[in-house]
Parts: sequence; structure tokens; C-alpha cells
Amino acid sequence: MSSPSEILSLPPARPASQNAAIEMIRNLLRNRSAVIGLVVIGFLICCAIFAPQIATYDPIQSMIGQPGETGRLPGKPPCVPLFGCSDPGHYFGLDLNGRDIYSRIIYGTRTSLIVGFSSVSIAVIIGTLIGLVSGYVGGWVDNLLMRLMDVILAFPSLLLAITIVTIFGPGLENALLAIALVSIPVYARLIRASVLSVKEMEYIMAVRSIGAKPARILFLHIFPNAVTPVIVQATLGIGTAVLDAAALAYLGLGARPPTPEWGQMLSEARAYIFTAPHMVFFPGIAIMITVLGFNLFGDGLRDALDPRLVRS
Amino acid sequence: MISFILRRLVFSIPVFIGILIFTFALGHSIPGDPCVAMLGERANPTVCAAFIQRYNLDKPLPEQFILYVGNFLHGDLGDSIHFGQPVSAILAERLPVTFELAVCALIFSVVLGVPMGIISAYRRNSAVDVGTMLVANIGVSMPVFWLGLMLAFLFSVLLKGTVLALPPSGRLTAGADYPAFYQTWNLVTGDQTASGFLVFLSRLNFLNALLTLNGTEFLDALRHMILPAIAVGTIPLAIIARITRSSVLEVLGQDYVRTARAKGLREITVVWRHAVRNALLPVVTIIGLNFGLLVAGAVLTETVFGLAGIGTMLYDGITARDYVLVQGVTMITAVSFLVINLVVDLLYGFLDPRIAVK
Repeated sequence: MSSPSEILSLPPARPASQNAAIEMIRNLLRNRSAVIGLVVIGFLICCAIFAPQIATYDPIQSMIGQPGETGRLPGKPPCVPLFGCSDPGHYFGLDLNGRDIYSRIIYGTRTSLIVGFSSVSIAVIIGTLIGLVSGYVGGWVDNLLMRLMDVILAFPSLLLAITIVTIFGPGLENALLAIALVSIPVYARLIRASVLSVKEMEYIMAVRSIGAKPARILFLHIFPNAVTPVIVQATLGIGTAVLDAAALAYLGLGARPPTPEWGQMLSEARAYIFTAPHMVFFPGIAIMITVLGFNLFGDGLRDALDPRLVRS
Repeated sequence: MISFILRRLVFSIPVFIGILIFTFALGHSIPGDPCVAMLGERANPTVCAAFIQRYNLDKPLPEQFILYVGNFLHGDLGDSIHFGQPVSAILAERLPVTFELAVCALIFSVVLGVPMGIISAYRRNSAVDVGTMLVANIGVSMPVFWLGLMLAFLFSVLLKGTVLALPPSGRLTAGADYPAFYQTWNLVTGDQTASGFLVFLSRLNFLNALLTLNGTEFLDALRHMILPAIAVGTIPLAIIARITRSSVLEVLGQDYVRTARAKGLREITVVWRHAVRNALLPVVTIIGLNFGLLVAGAVLTETVFGLAGIGTMLYDGITARDYVLVQGVTMITAVSFLVINLVVDLLYGFLDPRIAVK
């Protein structure tokens, strides 16, 4: 609670939107999980951008026949110079083709973030359009679109993605599109629900009475007021997309070798869990940290953006 | 109440038809000549003619669709290209394994998740709460197959030789032969073969062990089930713990809980009889929604633990590009999902009559 003196010493009023934005950022930075999530996401983005600088080797280059390498290379366990290993350093060890796992994981950040961001963007754009039209137009259009969304939601999402990729052929693009498609209904429903509650408000009636066209009303006046839940959901959705992409790659339906991709790395290494566990351990940890980062940030964002939740 | 049930039933019919149209359309979206795409190298004019006849591909689309629906209602999901058997027959054979895994995972997640959520909510912001929520957050962030692999490594390599060692694969110890209950009970005599349903029941290891009072089989099945059930159950566990926590928190803040405290009821009565009972309603819905997670979990972990269930079958089907199999499994899962959610909704209406009135 603010004390009376604090209230009295408030700075002069800013425009309402600016105030809300500042309040939101302040809430966000006060939220522990949001800050942790933000740090993790920032770290991942840095890894993706500066991959060539951070990685110690070429992610596709086999170490077999390289100078200084000794012993049997495929599946060689981690070797860290700091802990007294004299060979060239391979922090996370080598994979079956003798490639440096650390470098592959760093480069894999790019693939995962691209899949996460692009599949969620596609789903958000299409879902938003469907939700806006459905909520604003109503009637049979609304009914038809929402029943279609119900049908997609009737399938367990990962299973539907598996079927779509099996039918249209394996590969990163198809995996990405399948993940996007199965998550459209979530966004469409969220936007539609917001539109339904916003469109009856008086300011919409006011805009309509001065003769604004439907498209203008939808995108300029309704959309900004209906977008908050979608932002939260999209953040959480990136985590899910990364997990689903890993699952598809694990089943041999995602990125093709030799692309460094975490799920694909797990798929190659799974048979060697008892003999070379490091090949399984590190890609899984990378997936976990990424998903955890987006989940924490999404949770924090929800708390910060939703004024109904009282902070404790 | 009856009108609520009827209304709910009528609402699921369009979705059911939608599922059929959707899978039908997916099956017709295979790029290229369907026969060549599906049969691959085996495709030749004679085989293709039979193939086109089998799936009515020479008829007009609307007629094809009607035949497709008719086949589905007769339990015909097509013939698997990879296994060379009807999909429904393979499904029936594999179902006991997956069913047992899903039920055990569900039991694991509910038995652990609900108390975790209740304690977290009651001791809000305590070390227990923070710890539980951390576990829940990490739980939903792990790929299930990775968790399975790590558990297998931990319990069968690192803990080898200790009391905690657990077998990494299979459903029962290799070579172990436990009598089926229909043999013990003399339901099937001499050279008679058991009916499909009896075989189905006997392949549910836990049920068979109980019916034959075979403690050794029960423990054997249990030891093999622990790791897969933890792997598949962890995500549902995390979700259930979170939902329970927020639901109990909400109820604990209600006026009637304060009234219950004010009239001097013991704390345990307040929490258990007044708060938790009302808070568990949303948890019921979540258990229904978790079905999709359980199926996806089974698909991804059965191969890790060498369980010959629907998941392993689907994995083989995907690897062999067996469209008929993948499509059939997807459709049957969607329809089961629909039925389970319907049952959960009805159950919910029964548990909370306010829903039915709305």
C-alpha cells in the first residue's frame, strides 16, 4: 500500500497509455519469475546471434582427423581443459560422428528460436484474424469458424502435428507449419472472447457513430484492447512450440541431419543412453532451459499485465 | 439435468462429424498419386488397382466420404501398409499396454499432484510452496522422452546394485511366464482358444495378477511400470499441482471459509471439508484434458522403455511412412478424446449442479 504522502507526491499526470505502460514494466521487473525468464531469453538470443563467436568448433565438422585429437572420437565423453583434460577441449563431448556437441547446441539455439518465434507468429496472425472476424461479424460466420476451431482442438495437438507432417513430408518447414496450425484455435478463441466483451463498450459505439469503417474499428479500436491475453499466451506458446518441435525431430519428422537441432540430436543419441549418456544429457538440458525461460516469462507477464490479480 | 446431458450430446455431434471430415481431407492431401505415395516401391498397376478398389478411390468424393464414415462406424480404419494387418486389429492388440501405462501415469500424477497443490496453497510462499512450484515449472519444460531416457540411465545404470535399481525396459522380466487368469480359472478348457476379450483382459498385467492372486507378477509388473509412469505422468503432475494450488487458494479466500473458521471448526475440518472439496472441481476437468498429454507421452516414451503399445506402433508407422496407420490412430484418438471430455463434462455437471442449470 502507498502511504498518503506518497500519493500526494505523485508526479504530474502523464497520458493514460504511457502511465499504463510504465506501470506494466514496473510490475514486470518486480516479478521474480518474469525477471528470471527475461534473463534466460536474453541469454538464448545472445547465443543465437553470436553463435559463431561462442561456439568453439564448426557444428557440422567432424573432429576425426583433426590435429591434436587422440583416442576413439565418436561418442567421446566431455573433456574440459580447466579440469585437467589435455586434449582439445570439448566441453560437452563429441557425438557419434565425432562432432563437438557444445558447438552443435549453441548453433541449435538458432533453430529452436526460429521455430519457436516463427510458428507462434504464424499461429498468432492467423488466429487473430479468425478471432477478430468471428467475434465482430458474429452469426453463421462465427459459428462456422468456431466449429472449425473446435474440430482442431478435438485432436491431441502433438498427434495432429505428427499426422500433418507425416502426410506432407518430414522437414523443418512442415514441422513448423504443423505446430503453427495446431495452435491457431487457442489464439482465435482468446481474441474472439476479448472482442465480444470489447465491442459492446460505449467508445466503440462512439467510433461507429462518427462513421468509421469496420476494418478501422477492428484493427485500431478493438484489437489493441483485446491483445493482452494473446501476448501472454504467445509467450507460453513459444515454449510449447520448442517442445513440440523437439518431439517431432525425435520422431524423425523435423529438421534433417546434419542441421544442429536439439530434438534431432536426442533422436540420434537415444540408443546410446547407457554407453554415452552425455550425448543425451546436454541437448535435453538445452531444451529444458529454453522452455523454462519462456514459461517463467509468460507467467510473469500474465501477472504484470492482468490488473485483476492482486500482488502478494 | 437430463436436458443438460442431451444438450451436451447434441453439441458433440458437429465436432464428431468435423473430425471425420478433417481426417478424410487430410488423407486426400497426400501429395502425388495416392497409391504410389502410400505403397512406395511396392506400387505396380495390379496392386494399385486393388488399392484403389479397397479405399474406393475411383468413386466420386461425396460417395467416398460416406463409405469412409460407414467403414469407420463398422470399426474399419483401413489396413496398415507396414504391418499388413487391419489397423483396428493392431490397435486392439496393443491397447492393453498403452492403457495400463496411461492409467498408471494418471494415478501417479493425481495421487502426488493433488496433495502437492493443497499443501502449496495452504502454506503459501513457504519453502514447500516454492519448491513445489519449481518442480512443477521444470516438469512442464522437459521433453518427456528425454526424462524417460534420463530415468532409465539413473535407475538402471547409476543405481545398479542398490535397492533402488529398476529395469529399463519391458513390461515383465524377460522369460517370466505368468498364467493368464482364464487358465487359472479354467474358463478355457483343453485346446479351445480364449476369446479376444479374455486375452485383452489377461494382457493387463496388474488386473491379471490381481485376478490370479499372483503377488510375484504384480511386483514384477510394478517394478517395470514405475519409470515409464513417472516419465509420462510428470507433465500432468505439474499441471494438476498448479491447478489445485490456484483453485484451493481461491477457495481459501472465500467468505464461507472464514465463517467456518469463525464458528470454531478445527482447522483440518475447514481445509478438508470446506475448502478442498470445493476446490477439486476444476481438477476433474483438467484430468479429462490430460488425456491428450497421456497419449502424446505414451507415443514418445513407449519406444524408450521398449513397451509394445500403441505409441511404439505409431512410431514404427511414422518411420515407415504408413499413412493409413497414422491417420487411423489419430482419428481414433480424437474420437476417444471427444468421448472422454464429454464424460468429464457430464461428471462435472453431476458434481456441481450449478453448471447444469446454466
